[in-house]
Amino acid sequence: MTVRLFVPADAAAIAVGADDVALALAAAAARIGRSVEIVRTGSRGAFFLEPLVEVETASGRVGFGPVAAGDVESLVADGLLDGIGARSLGLVEDVPFLKAQTRFTFSRCGVIDPASLDDYRAQGGGLGLARAAAMAPAEIVAAVSASGLRGRGGAGFPTGIKWKTVLDAPGARKFVVANADEGDSGTFADRVLMEGDPFAVIEGMAIAGLATGASRGYLYIRSEYPHAIARMEAAVETARRAGWLGDRIAGSGHAFDIEIRVGAGAYVCGEETALIESIEGNRGEVRAKPPLPALKGLFGAPTVVNNLLSLAAVPFILAEGPEAYAAVGCGRSRGTMPVQIAGNVKRGGLFEVAFGITLGELVEEIGGGTATGRPVKAVQVGGPLGAYFPPALFDTPFDYEAFAARDGLIGHGGIVVFDDTVQMDAMARFAFEFCAIESCGKCTPCRIGSTRGRETLDAIIAGRDVSKNAALVEELCDIMRFGSLCALGGFTPYPVMSALRHFPRDFGLPETAAAKAAARETAA
Amino acid sequence: MQETEKRTAAIVARFAGVEGATLPILHAVQEAFGHVPRESIPVIAAALNRTRAEIHGVVSFYHDFREEPAGRHHVRVCRAEACRAMGSDRIVAGFETALGITLGSTSADGAVTLEPVYCLGLCATAPSAMIDGKPVGRLDEAAAARLAREIGR
Ligand SMILES: Cc1cc2nc3c(=O)[nH]c(=O)nc-3n(C[C@H](O)[C@H](O)[C@H](O)COP(=O)(O)O)c2cc1C
Ligand code: SF4
Ligand code: FES
Repeated sequence: MTVRLFVPADAAAIAVGADDVALALAAAAARIGRSVEIVRTGSRGAFFLEPLVEVETASGRVGFGPVAAGDVESLVADGLLDGIGARSLGLVEDVPFLKAQTRFTFSRCGVIDPASLDDYRAQGGGLGLARAAAMAPAEIVAAVSASGLRGRGGAGFPTGIKWKTVLDAPGARKFVVANADEGDSGTFADRVLMEGDPFAVIEGMAIAGLATGASRGYLYIRSEYPHAIARMEAAVETARRAGWLGDRIAGSGHAFDIEIRVGAGAYVCGEETALIESIEGNRGEVRAKPPLPALKGLFGAPTVVNNLLSLAAVPFILAEGPEAYAAVGCGRSRGTMPVQIAGNVKRGGLFEVAFGITLGELVEEIGGGTATGRPVKAVQVGGPLGAYFPPALFDTPFDYEAFAARDGLIGHGGIVVFDDTVQMDAMARFAFEFCAIESCGKCTPCRIGSTRGRETLDAIIAGRDVSKNAALVEELCDIMRFGSLCALGGFTPYPVMSALRHFPRDFGLPETAAAKAAARETAA
Repeated sequence: MQETEKRTAAIVARFAGVEGATLPILHAVQEAFGHVPRESIPVIAAALNRTRAEIHGVVSFYHDFREEPAGRHHVRVCRAEACRAMGSDRIVAGFETALGITLGSTSADGAVTLEPVYCLGLCATAPSAMIDGKPVGRLDEAAAARLAREIGR
């Protein structure tokens, strides 16, 4: 009997040897005369276990991981092909990191063959689009509003309101733009979903098209993601052949098609108006708002710009009902957030969970603390424009408002963990440096201020006029915060000021009471 | 017409009817030539009904587009936060030593370009790099040195 094996073809799994493991498995099976079928899935997101090999057994899929190509021979000799061996993780769905999740958006990711529309359908894919096709646009928008879904790209703007604006806007043509520019360090959820469940992205975009009257969608993927680009190109082709895209999608009377656009290495192009400029073929410079893209966006037409995760949440909302989505969460943050735990962490990966879990639970319990085994000193939440949090603030619940109340942001849901060897003055310097490299150049505080900030941090690091220069940094941050057109210049003060506030000693400044408490917590 | 212009014109023709075709064309031109040759710009500008200055402005804005040829091999080491948390400084140093060039430069024999990149989405298997489009993760200095040696010159 042919044994079915599953080995991820996710870029991060490949980065740690999954291709070699797949080859070694095929060779080892051939040597002992066993017939195997190796399905290349996406990743379940438990990256600390990658390369994760799964074997289909009568009781379910049994996992082994992390597997190195060199281990394969002995694992197979010990019974891997029958799901046995001392290194078995047991049933994959019972692995604590996976079992503790609430997978609304990522339910199929890592499970199905991402190239197969049949697999997608067999696991509930397409139900949302079928429902939407039988609904009036305003009903779809109402369902999305009722779910409480907020934008996962950073600002947390209610998706239903955005869609309603586009639906109500007059326009001979309208567009849906899926933002997969995902430039934030510590984030990879867009990538993992595109590689592991590309039809969910297409389904979400198609539903947005039906809801707003847009007949064309653009999926903007950053160039750093070649595997995701290839996977999405193939999936769009397949979806067209199956009638999911085209003149009459999913049996509705509506046309919708998707074009994939590839970024060119500019972080600022994740900002929605810069993204629009980029698709139009221009320099990725931020536009002043108003006009809102929802009224006057791509090629001057009403345009929905949504993060890829916002769009991919919608099939579940329509298939299971908005109440099912809104039933979990915390305060005004409804549903689930695909949190990404990265950096110096023992169990890094994608963790989809209802809003409300605390930062400390995510870092210490789910993530298991640092990979190096040293104490956690700081975590940066929300990408390069997000604040650094000391362990003293680990009681902060994952919730848009709770993070804002502590001068931070959730952003796209990335958490980067640092151990006690990190020098926070160097991280503050990097925040300015990154802003200087990526600034679109439109506003002086961002363009010039970032470089001045980096130079001032250099002086602080060299020990020159530390308190005077620290005051200068603070002043500079104020100017950037209030004088920048977009969040690149406007939010770079978050990482800088949080580093200064919580870790003054790293800058050669006297300890404050708050920082002292934080340091005690780190030592504990 | 010269060779470069001819090849550029053939590429541009593939995008007839595509709205906002500038970036797709530039990607295709760079894919074909390894960079965006100076001679290509007037051809692209004419086809898109834009000025040369506009096209040049687009090329110079985006980090991906290069106006000069790069090395035959391309090593991009991630310098963003999650990789820094896992010691990307050491990985950069490892590649620099093994390749004999500094970050942001091309070797004199034109074999290798070593560049920074800001996140590859491999942040849970950090520190990461990408070598000729192939992702590598959980690097240490020894792995960097080995990978550098494996790059054919
Ligand atoms: C500098 C900068 C970079 C951004 N990068 C991204 C990004 O990579 N992906 C994204 O979805 N949103 C990004 N955003 C937010 C977008 O401007 C926009 O708010 C978002 O795409 C809207 O979608 P949502 O409502 O679904 O979140 C960025 C914003 C700024 C200021
Ligand atoms: S803040 Fe910076 S990136 Fe944003 S618009 Fe101004 S110059 Fe451009
Ligand atoms: S920060 Fe290096 S891969 Fe994301």
